[in-house]
Amino acid sequence: MATISKEDIIRTADLARLVLTDEEAQMYSEQLSEILTFTEKINEINTDDVTPTTNGNQITNVLRKDKPVQWEKQDEALENAPEHEDNQFKVPAIMD
Amino acid sequence: MALYNYTIKQVENMLHKKEISAEELANLSFEQIRAVDGDVKAFLTLNEENVKAKAKKLDEEKTYGKKLAAIPGAIKDNIVTKGIRTTCASQMLANFDDPLYDATVTEKLANEDSLMIGKLNMDEFAMGSSTETSSFQKTYNPWNLDHVPGGSSGGSAAAVAAGEVMFSLGTDTGGSIRQPAAFCGIVGMKPTYGLVSRFGLVAFAPSLDQIGPLTRTVEDNARVLEVIAGHDANDSTSSKNAIPSYVDALVEDVKGLKIAVPKQFLSEGVSEEVKESVKNALQMYELLGATWEEVSLPHLPYADAAYYLIANGEASSSLARFDGVRFGNRSDNATDMIDMFKQSRTEGFGEEVKRRILMGTTVLSGRDNFNEAYFRKAQKVRTLIANDFKAAFEQYDVIIGPTTPTPAFKFGEKIDDPLTMYTSDILTVPVNLAGLPALSVPNGYTEAGLPLGLQIIGKHFDEQTIYRAAYAYEKATNHHKKRPNFGGASE
Repeated sequence: MATISKEDIIRTADLARLVLTDEEAQMYSEQLSEILTFTEKINEINTDDVTPTTNGNQITNVLRKDKPVQWEKQDEALENAPEHEDNQFKVPAIMD
Repeated sequence: MALYNYTIKQVENMLHKKEISAEELANLSFEQIRAVDGDVKAFLTLNEENVKAKAKKLDEEKTYGKKLAAIPGAIKDNIVTKGIRTTCASQMLANFDDPLYDATVTEKLANEDSLMIGKLNMDEFAMGSSTETSSFQKTYNPWNLDHVPGGSSGGSAAAVAAGEVMFSLGTDTGGSIRQPAAFCGIVGMKPTYGLVSRFGLVAFAPSLDQIGPLTRTVEDNARVLEVIAGHDANDSTSSKNAIPSYVDALVEDVKGLKIAVPKQFLSEGVSEEVKESVKNALQMYELLGATWEEVSLPHLPYADAAYYLIANGEASSSLARFDGVRFGNRSDNATDMIDMFKQSRTEGFGEEVKRRILMGTTVLSGRDNFNEAYFRKAQKVRTLIANDFKAAFEQYDVIIGPTTPTPAFKFGEKIDDPLTMYTSDILTVPVNLAGLPALSVPNGYTEAGLPLGLQIIGKHFDEQTIYRAAYAYEKATNHHKKRPNFGGASE
């Protein structure tokens, strides 16, 4: 039985950079408890000697030559920025 | 003329015989959209000006030599298109008017001269099975407007089923091409993981996502896959295998084809009408000279649980990039930088997206051994599921079963209970976990007139056998010839 408390949800939300109302935190707490309880059926299987699958296929270590390339797209890269200054993305100060 | 009644090859012949022009094809598409999309609501953005310019250019050159020359198609809105708004059906990207680059698949379609009619509605960030979580609008099933078109590629399926375009691109992480294709009575293919480049696809679960075509016929589907498949240096998970001709694989011959039918695919969750439709399909395959046997894939009942743990874990990471810094929604209400991240994300994401981010963050977290107990364990179960399929494919050529446990459900039926929505994916998610290719082909209609789909699963990179099996079945039945009782052009 998985119990994800309202406090758990609020803490997790903070880590995920989300703000929740009290009602939302309660709702997600109930839903996640139910969903995680459902997923716990995987505990019925013995996976002691099983290697986890981490990728979609067997392709690993895809390499390319370490060649420097002239990249002149700075203006383009800034085009969708909500705010930019001096060729940098501009954000509010970390703290006041 | 109704685009719905023609195949890509037929239109190609008409172009070469000068019986039709690119401009006329473009007009047919936009006229059909004007006639029916007020009810279907498949499109989020239309690309009329660019399409008319391209059609004009093709008509001036008059060669129509490329593989999809002048063929109207559309793209799911989680695939970027340069100069054209791309939203992932989210408020986070509501004003993302120019992604500044084309996805590899967008470029490939353009290089073969297709007409990119517009961007299609979806569940927000591909999270859903009904297109009900789109933050802009619902999409309606052309066969019955009270029913969902499926999801998350609901717009992609509905646009083809309503005759608005001749093909569309969708994406499939847990069934999001195949299920809407089944619900809308059309063909949908999820290719082998790595066959089609994901460069320019906004990621949901990177080890599961794949782009694939939705079309009215099997042949059209093979034609589009041939265009979008292939290695891409920009996608390090893309396969270097040479791409065969899928169109050449379309022979009407399945004599000796060995079919496996997992008994877990015909269990209690599946409706009687669906089970009956699969039995009928297997009888037809026998008449065509194939053989089938029941098999057991014992870890299938755990696939749904493993899938949601893995997919949501990966999703919480994929969506971390949306923080208001470089693109997307930035809140006006923030006090400092961290607050800006929080407000921008809270404003931008809908409820389902938040639910999945919270679940993913939870099962990846280090506290109380959650990461090991949930996420890691799910990855081990994934290995066992992949091994079940591998074992079956040592003796059989394809695996067949229903695409969905029921036909298209009604709006509101599942959206209020996440777990009910999640467990409707049981037949499709195992395929993504194993990275295998799978297609849904029309398989008749329920008594209420709703379409059903047959799922054909193949070995890695064996799309050809899937297409051959689907083609033979399509030719032997007439399911694909029926059209929704719908407005717009009828001839």
